[in-house]
Amino acid sequence: MAAVTEAPAPPATQQTRPPRRRGRFTPYWLLLPGILWLVVFFALPMIYQASTSVQTGSLEQGYKVTWHFATYWHALSEYWPQFVRSVLYAASATILCLLLGYPLAYLIAFRAGRWRNLIMILVIAPFFTSFLIRTLAWKTILADGGPVVGALNTLHVLDVTNWLGWTAGDRVLATPMAVVCGLTYNFLPFMILPLYTSLERIDPRLHEAAGDLYAKPFTTFRKVTFPLSMPGVVSGTLLTFIPAAGDYVNADLLGSTDTRMVGNVIQTQFLRILDYPTAAALSFILMAAILAMITTYIRKSGTEDLV
Amino acid sequence: MAFVNWLKRRFVVIAGLLTLGYLLLPNIVVTVFSFNKPKGRFNYQWQAFSMDAWKDPCGVADMCGSLSLSLQIAVWATVGATALGTMIAFALVRYRFRARGTVSSLIFLPMAMPEVVMAASLLTLFLNMGAQLGFWTILIAHIMFCLSFVVVAVKARVMSMDPRLEQAAQDLYAGPVQTFVRVTLPIAAPGIAAGAMLAFALSFDDFIITNFNAGSTVTFPMFVWGSAQRGTPVQINVIGTAMFVIAVLLVLGSMAIGRRRTRQKA
Repeated sequence: MAAVTEAPAPPATQQTRPPRRRGRFTPYWLLLPGILWLVVFFALPMIYQASTSVQTGSLEQGYKVTWHFATYWHALSEYWPQFVRSVLYAASATILCLLLGYPLAYLIAFRAGRWRNLIMILVIAPFFTSFLIRTLAWKTILADGGPVVGALNTLHVLDVTNWLGWTAGDRVLATPMAVVCGLTYNFLPFMILPLYTSLERIDPRLHEAAGDLYAKPFTTFRKVTFPLSMPGVVSGTLLTFIPAAGDYVNADLLGSTDTRMVGNVIQTQFLRILDYPTAAALSFILMAAILAMITTYIRKSGTEDLV
Repeated sequence: MAFVNWLKRRFVVIAGLLTLGYLLLPNIVVTVFSFNKPKGRFNYQWQAFSMDAWKDPCGVADMCGSLSLSLQIAVWATVGATALGTMIAFALVRYRFRARGTVSSLIFLPMAMPEVVMAASLLTLFLNMGAQLGFWTILIAHIMFCLSFVVVAVKARVMSMDPRLEQAAQDLYAGPVQTFVRVTLPIAAPGIAAGAMLAFALSFDDFIITNFNAGSTVTFPMFVWGSAQRGTPVQINVIGTAMFVIAVLLVLGSMAIGRRRTRQKA
């Protein structure tokens, strides 16, 4: 992410290099080691996993590929609540990240002045601190009978969230609200940084121009700033939604058995129950679902040049 | 009414600072609770001020061992991912070749894949190969997922480089090696450094992929995870606080260096 915050790139120079005769194979030599690494340790494992998901057998007797697609059906029918939950939690966290992150990104881009670098550092620095330690800190913050829960109770917020099923009784910990709060917190910088880079490219004179044409500040935002920041919004939502949907740390540390997400199921199946076919099928379904969502989302939003 | 108007005018600043507070609140709590003297095993409630944990940060069995293991892995993962990633980035920006699209999507996919999926599939490979899980499997995994991020960071910098600078060097009879070492590398350095920093942070902090591929080896994030069930020692807060302070100082330092460089050039 640090790269995103680098100083704005100087305008791209026109590519006027002469055709090279020498070193026709140079690019391939440059690519070879890295691409080999990705093929062996990224692509090949996917194929292994695909084959595992259609195997049957047991840990003692070994597994065999039997094209047993019923594992997928079993995985879906058994664990659809966790899938639905993952999508719901990740979507809520993404929306919250957008709502919370936009003002901060806007502040850094247009209003921070000489405080810009300091705020930027404070946004990035948590990246270098263990996210597990910081997630555990939310246990202290949201503790039963703590100041946050007390305040929410006094303001009758908990009555509303209890009614919505986000919290239960007098507690926030071990409820969906705690998990979404943790997810939002964990992936917020992934939203802020792309938003900032796209906002920073906007010429502030456009704001003045909009003002000169009698646009109110909110109209300027709605008609000028927000549309121009769309690339940032798209890559920010992807960067928060994808990891949030696959996360199991927040659901485990801040949630309860009722808030388990797909990630938790995959982790338990793989590392504790050792039911490899089911675990492989689950992670394949998750991967396929996310890839499908990304493609439609990118198509709809019309920004193809994300990478 | 005056207050409402004031709030309207200051909306962005207030909302932005509230978000910043939300981002920093856990760091503040971690720092404060590093001075706590907890009763019992759990350090979730404030009891009494104490400097004990700061005086003896390695006083918990195995914690500093896991910390040094994580540092070693992060250093080697950074070296590996930065070297491989920089080469790919140069190839992608500087050359037109067949399979360029395929290569680009192979770079993009690891970043668009949930970590559990990569972790689980890599474990399937290792289990099938009968590999011994531990230091090497962790390192392999870390280089794999850091690689793409390095490529993106370096690519951004190399794309904005003026190729005429290298042509000028060659016109002045610099050989290809000399051109690369004296011209290309120094200009690409900030991008490579950003990629390396990112790789280090990603590797040092990774839990999900490590958890699957570590076997019985315990890195620092895994130590924290394990301790969450048994009750986290105060020393973990000390390490967390120290990491935050060091990170802020490092970023401040690199910014100061960058600023001096640009001033010298001007």
